[in-house]
Amino acid sequence: MGEWWTTETSMENYEISSISHVTMSPSRRNNLVSMYSFPLSKSSYSVISAFCTEDNIPQCISYINQELASLGLSSTCIEAISPGGTGLSTVPALNAMYELLQIHRRSMCNLEELEREQLRKSSTLEHIQMSNTRLKDQLELSIREKSGLHETERQLQLKIKTLQSCLKTEKDEVQKLQSVIASRASQYSHDAKRKEREAVKLKERLSQLLIDRKDKKLAIDVLNCLGRADGKRRHWKTTKATSSHEDEMYKSLLSDYEASQRSLMLENAELKKVLQQMKKEMMHILSPRQPSTRGATADDSQEQADLDGEAKGGDASRESLDQYCEHAREQLTNSIRQQWRKLRNHVERLDSQASQAQNQLESNKEVIPRETHEDEMERMRCEVQQCREFIHAQQQLLQQQLNTSFDDETAALLNDCYTLEEKERLKEEWRLFEEQKRNFERERKNFTEAAIRLGREKKAFEEDRASWLKNQFLNMTPFTHRRRYSSSDGQSALSIRSEPEIRMSSVKSQLAKSSTYTTFSTPRPSQSAPVPSTTELYRTLRLIPDSSSSRHSNRGRWPECSNIEDGETLVRPKNRLRSGGMSIFSLGEDENSFT
Amino acid sequence: MNFSEVFKQTNQLCKVSPDGKYLATCVQYRLVVRDVSTLQILQLYTCLDQVSHMEWSSDSLFILCAMYNRGLVQVWSLEQPDWHCKIDEGSIGLVSSRWSPDGRHILNTTEFHLRVTVWSLCTKAVSYIKYPKACQKGIDFSRDGRYMALAERRDCKDYVCVFVCDDWHLLRHFETETQDLAGLEWSPNGCVLAVWDSCLEYMVLLYSLDGRLLSTYSAYEWSLGVKSVSWSPSSQFLAIGSYDEKVRILNHITWKKITQFEHPAIIDNTKATVYKEAEKRPGVGSDEMPLHNITMGATLFNTQSKYEICPLPVQIPVVKPDPDRASPKIGISVLAFSSDSRYLATKNDNMATAVWVWDMQKMSLEAVLEQTSAVRCFQWDPLRPRLALCAGNTKLYLWSPGGCVSVQVPTEGGFQVQSLNWHCSGDSLILLGKEQLCLCYMDTDQEDK
Repeated sequence: MGEWWTTETSMENYEISSISHVTMSPSRRNNLVSMYSFPLSKSSYSVISAFCTEDNIPQCISYINQELASLGLSSTCIEAISPGGTGLSTVPALNAMYELLQIHRRSMCNLEELEREQLRKSSTLEHIQMSNTRLKDQLELSIREKSGLHETERQLQLKIKTLQSCLKTEKDEVQKLQSVIASRASQYSHDAKRKEREAVKLKERLSQLLIDRKDKKLAIDVLNCLGRADGKRRHWKTTKATSSHEDEMYKSLLSDYEASQRSLMLENAELKKVLQQMKKEMMHILSPRQPSTRGATADDSQEQADLDGEAKGGDASRESLDQYCEHAREQLTNSIRQQWRKLRNHVERLDSQASQAQNQLESNKEVIPRETHEDEMERMRCEVQQCREFIHAQQQLLQQQLNTSFDDETAALLNDCYTLEEKERLKEEWRLFEEQKRNFERERKNFTEAAIRLGREKKAFEEDRASWLKNQFLNMTPFTHRRRYSSSDGQSALSIRSEPEIRMSSVKSQLAKSSTYTTFSTPRPSQSAPVPSTTELYRTLRLIPDSSSSRHSNRGRWPECSNIEDGETLVRPKNRLRSGGMSIFSLGEDENSFT
Repeated sequence: MNFSEVFKQTNQLCKVSPDGKYLATCVQYRLVVRDVSTLQILQLYTCLDQVSHMEWSSDSLFILCAMYNRGLVQVWSLEQPDWHCKIDEGSIGLVSSRWSPDGRHILNTTEFHLRVTVWSLCTKAVSYIKYPKACQKGIDFSRDGRYMALAERRDCKDYVCVFVCDDWHLLRHFETETQDLAGLEWSPNGCVLAVWDSCLEYMVLLYSLDGRLLSTYSAYEWSLGVKSVSWSPSSQFLAIGSYDEKVRILNHITWKKITQFEHPAIIDNTKATVYKEAEKRPGVGSDEMPLHNITMGATLFNTQSKYEICPLPVQIPVVKPDPDRASPKIGISVLAFSSDSRYLATKNDNMATAVWVWDMQKMSLEAVLEQTSAVRCFQWDPLRPRLALCAGNTKLYLWSPGGCVSVQVPTEGGFQVQSLNWHCSGDSLILLGKEQLCLCYMDTDQEDK
């Protein structure tokens, strides 16, 4: 893994450096060019122009080494087998070659990819240009259409104006003609009257003349007079007869009026009956609805009260209907009117409800598509905008490409520099991260070492203390002297025996597990049971494992506190910068401290 | 349906007596009275000259024959063939003669409308009514025969005189609010008098018997107005036909317009049935005749015709009248209510081939009869809702709510029906040609089906 990374970084370094060469120091370009042009000159290899001759091998080697170093391949250094000799040490040379070949292949790959990219881009550009021209054509066409429409509109406006003026003149004409007609009519009536008067005069004159002539021919010749059709005799023309005529006339008129009144009354009665029935039906329609909606609104309850009142009124009116009482009729019509109004309101309400429901349905139906439509529109607009930007950028790029006289590779490198810069930045960050990681690794190692040391020191201290206690104990007994030797022997034997064990375990402690400690340390407390302080001490030093149940719960408590604090005090100054990594670190540190 | 043989007549003077028993016809200067049922000649009278007008008295006892060009009126009695009466108006001339409703008086209108002379056959008395107005319909008797309304013109103003026909007592005399009165007509119940102005003004006035103005109605101004007026037999409606090709119906209570019937050139009213007369030459298979067609006794040289129900909309042929000529051929010239007031038949002059039948209950168009030639005359059956019409050809057309028939008149020599009259029983029709007449008997049983 480390190997891969190193190659990678070296490659990246190469790339970065090459870019920095191009971008920062133009003087280096010549170098690059010469380097790239080298293979070309290889075909026409000649001694004079050759890069390397028998004479300048060391210089060549040094030069190549320099170049390799500049390419970031500092690890492989070509060396001559013997100073001044012509042979090269094969391994580094081959390595260098291999690295170079790798670089070359990778760059070729990149090149190919970029070329492909370039092709794609150019094709899309072409497509975009085509569509652009098409759109331009369309725009032109629509502009032309628009102007045409404007023209027609103008013409129509003109037409309207002329028609309006025509209308005005026509109106004037009509007015004029009307006045002419009126004047003619008056003239005509005047003339007619004059003529009529003349005619009347003539008629008078004529009848006078006829009477004066005593026209014999004007006569009736009847064989014998007829009787009247009714058989009566002719009445004298008297005032009585006149009055009787009047009477008869009025009688006939009266009878006619009576007949018409009768028919009207009949009709009225019919209509009233219809009205009554209508009212009844309306009440029937309105009343069952009432209970369901009663109490829903105050208005409805009021309505109900009205209805009850009306029902009474209606009954009363029905009773008095036969009397043709004006008042009752009014009441009836009023109640009918009210009920009709109510019914109409109800129907209207129903109507509005229905229409509302429908509207809601419609709006629901409509809203969803509208929203989606708007979303879609927004999305499409964004897309269009993006596309436009894209096109613009591409056009610019193309323009640049076309305008600048860079050769392909430089241009490609230029185009690539943006991404490379980014990569560089990322690499930088990665390196930083790696470094930090290594630091942490180192610190951890240090810490574990310190912990081991501490453990060892503690053991030594324990032993010292044990021996000291033994001595104390032996000194306290009446047979101090006698026992001193034996105990010391025993102790020493014991200590000698125990010492290597501890030593070994402490040496092995880096790899051994906590279970080894249990096997090892369990007999201890039984031995040192009479001395509680010792067990405490052991526990403090974590040499005695806790019971399985209390082990975890005890962990965060005081017994280990000092130990952890020690660890922390060790670590804290270094880790203060990275508070986020602390917890991870401390946990790992914990584990380490146990092992 | 049966047809009688053809008789001669002149001036289309042929009338059935009001009691329906006799048929009087004038042939030149002779008056022939026949029995309607047998068609046998009962009486034969010889007048002094060619008769211009002939009329039965209301009691069917006397016949009046007027010879206008000689200023003479002769009266004949059916009961007493020897009895005779001759009225001579002298040099003053005669333009119109008529019976009074009682059948004992004759009213003669002199030339230039100088006066109306009332001759009494009972007393030989003569009386004059001065200043009668020369107009479309200046005299009208109420249906019960008690009153006569007469239009008068004095000092360039219109007046109406109401006479009691009994003794010619002037009952009322009042001025009308017309510019130029054109006609008057009593309502069938005799209590309302409709008066209308000349065509220059659309104005209809309604007067009570006692001369009170009940109402005036004017549909529009500035255009030619009323052309025809007709009361419904029930006195319930007054139909006014005008030059704007519309019929307006007034009611008898408020005298306001109830509705108006338009006569459009394109009929797209889905409720109306349009019967179109279709002619076909003889020889074409007669078994193709549809239900509404009954062609009878087809002679070899006459064309047959039948009615076809046209799918709507239908275009009625319209003749555009010359606007510069007086009394243009446009507007509703004839209005006729059926006897039960249920239907109204109308004719629009610029659509001369069509007769329109309106339903007065639904106030809508019921049927349109489109003929192949111009309609000359139509008349309702006096008892049934049945319309007979003629169009100056050899066919008789009948319409009833059930359908429509076209009947060929089976006579020799091309009898062309110019006019027709129903017998008062509604059982027969008198068809009048140019110089002939013919009776058509309805098969009552068949009609009842």
